[in-house]
Amino acid sequence: MPLGTRKLSYSLAINEALHQLMLNDESVFIIGQGVKSPWYVGNTCKGLLEEFGPERIIDTPVSENAMTGAAIGAALVGMKPIVVHPRMDFMMYGLDSIINQAANWRYMFGGRSSVPVVIWGIINRGGEQAAQHSQALQALFTHIPGLKVVMPSTPHDAKGLMIAAVRDCNPVIFIDDRWLYSIEEEVPEEIYEVPIGRGIIRKHGEQVTVVATSFMVHEALKASASLQKEGIDVEVLDLRSFKPMDTELIFSSVKKTGRLVIADAAWKTCGLAAEIGALVFETIFEYLKAPVKRVTLPDIPAPASRILEEVYYPTAKNIVQAVRSVIGTKISVKIKEVGT
Amino acid sequence: MYSKEFLEQLYRSMIRIRLCEESLVEPILRGEVKCPVHLYSGQEAIAAGVCAALDEKDYIFGTHRSHGHYLAKGGGMRELVAEVFCKEAGCSKGRGGSMHIIDPAKGVMGSVPIVGGTISLALGAALASKIRKEKRVTVSFFGDGATGEGVLYESLNFASLKRLPIIFACENNFYSTHLPIRECRPENDIIKIGKPFCIQSYKVNGNNVLKVYEAASKAVEFCRKGEGPILIEFTTYRLRGHVGPDDNIQGTHADIRPQEEIERWKKKDPIKNLERVLINNRISKKEDLRKIKQEVEQEVEAAHVFARMSSNPNPEELAKYVFRE
Repeated sequence: MPLGTRKLSYSLAINEALHQLMLNDESVFIIGQGVKSPWYVGNTCKGLLEEFGPERIIDTPVSENAMTGAAIGAALVGMKPIVVHPRMDFMMYGLDSIINQAANWRYMFGGRSSVPVVIWGIINRGGEQAAQHSQALQALFTHIPGLKVVMPSTPHDAKGLMIAAVRDCNPVIFIDDRWLYSIEEEVPEEIYEVPIGRGIIRKHGEQVTVVATSFMVHEALKASASLQKEGIDVEVLDLRSFKPMDTELIFSSVKKTGRLVIADAAWKTCGLAAEIGALVFETIFEYLKAPVKRVTLPDIPAPASRILEEVYYPTAKNIVQAVRSVIGTKISVKIKEVGT
Repeated sequence: MYSKEFLEQLYRSMIRIRLCEESLVEPILRGEVKCPVHLYSGQEAIAAGVCAALDEKDYIFGTHRSHGHYLAKGGGMRELVAEVFCKEAGCSKGRGGSMHIIDPAKGVMGSVPIVGGTISLALGAALASKIRKEKRVTVSFFGDGATGEGVLYESLNFASLKRLPIIFACENNFYSTHLPIRECRPENDIIKIGKPFCIQSYKVNGNNVLKVYEAASKAVEFCRKGEGPILIEFTTYRLRGHVGPDDNIQGTHADIRPQEEIERWKKKDPIKNLERVLINNRISKKEDLRKIKQEVEQEVEAAHVFARMSSNPNPEELAKYVFRE
């Protein structure tokens, strides 16, 4: 009999996923700095130590490089580890084992071994935490062949994507924004997957497509509500998964609207927004009625001062401006007729 | 104290490595083998002695110079040679080459050229064994060059903290590619790195296969009892260059190591060492050893035939193996 739903916060939705995964599969374990401490991981790991013991809930010394490698090594002998980096910035110490080893492993051994590991990086931005506690590095990992990358924006997806990530046979980079942890919504009680590689339309619209990631989805929905009052009908697409990417969903939306704004609260240069823009130009250029617009972080490290933070992080306001600008401009180059 | 059969097995294990490695020299010089090949000649006693102390189910992780580890642990010679030729029938389907060899069924879990790159992976395999409460042991092979990598010290600390069943096997051949150890470390005694982490550590003559086997057996026993980790420093010397037959820097065909040093170590050849033990103690006859060598020569020859007959990877399968479906 299917279980019901009830409201859960984003962080408790992850917590429920972890409980269910560990209960169902003895090869799942969690390793990382601070898994015992809410100060590090919020309440995502609540009750796990009590239920599963220190053999499977492993709080570690500050050794991100070896701990990431250890999770990868355990994965390639058949475990399903989740290694957590409570501040994604510290995950940079583990780049050798993530990029050189995990990402390449299956390919360089001709498919004879694979790495079913989840590498979980929490973005802990804001709160005057400055440049080394705030970085959103999703594009860096999306660039690497052999890694899957997901970034859920809702409690429902956080649970479903964590479950899909752990069940996947490949290394999955699971990135979440601490800013989302208190958001609540209905979450099914049973264990379920949100498929990796599938985006979702959060709001249907006809005039402009806004492709958004993580908390920018919520900003895009706010922007869309305010633009509706001006008579501008926005479609909001939550990408959820960056590799593999649901390009079909992006293309079908942009074919309909002819206008594209991409909102990704990470750096602009060589970022996800650039990639999505390029894919659209390359594939369905003839459908565009206006230039593509990006709403991103400026190419600047995160500042500490709250005054500077306010201008640093993009919000619904920036999306509203971007949408207005693509409504107001037209592509002036001559475009060949569709289908000729 | 060891049976003739066991000692001749050790001999065969070393001879298989030596002859297989040396058989690659000509194809490298002729340009038939293009991928970087780091020959193990001279260090055979370490792979042979350590792997003789392991069971098939035990795990090993290797380096850029891992043909010896792979063969000694039971990896197929035909698949190794085919991989060096980057053929589809190679152990990594021609996607890895000499520096990426694997045979999971035999516990050869993978080798990579990033120095120190598999140390933390081996740590994780040992952690998995501990979580699963298996009696399995993991050996992490690395060279003296890897003692310059921070991940080694993180791994020593964590392994000791959690009492993991792992043997850190450092093969000290006194050169980190071209750079002599005295230019890399203020202290040549690598064994001392175990002490701050409360790890039992031994220093062993890595050119004496019986000493290697004894140390490894002791280490394996400790690990199986839950009294790991163990660090072993094996002193040894490579008889060939860092990469390729005789060059320390690919393409120069010049070994930068002092000639008298090379000559001194040639006299300590681990295979000749064991031959002396077998003959002088009247355990084996010269004829017995000759027979082993002939059999291995045939095996090597067959491996080359297999590699040459194998097809190249199919260009249409370039994208295969990125993800597992």
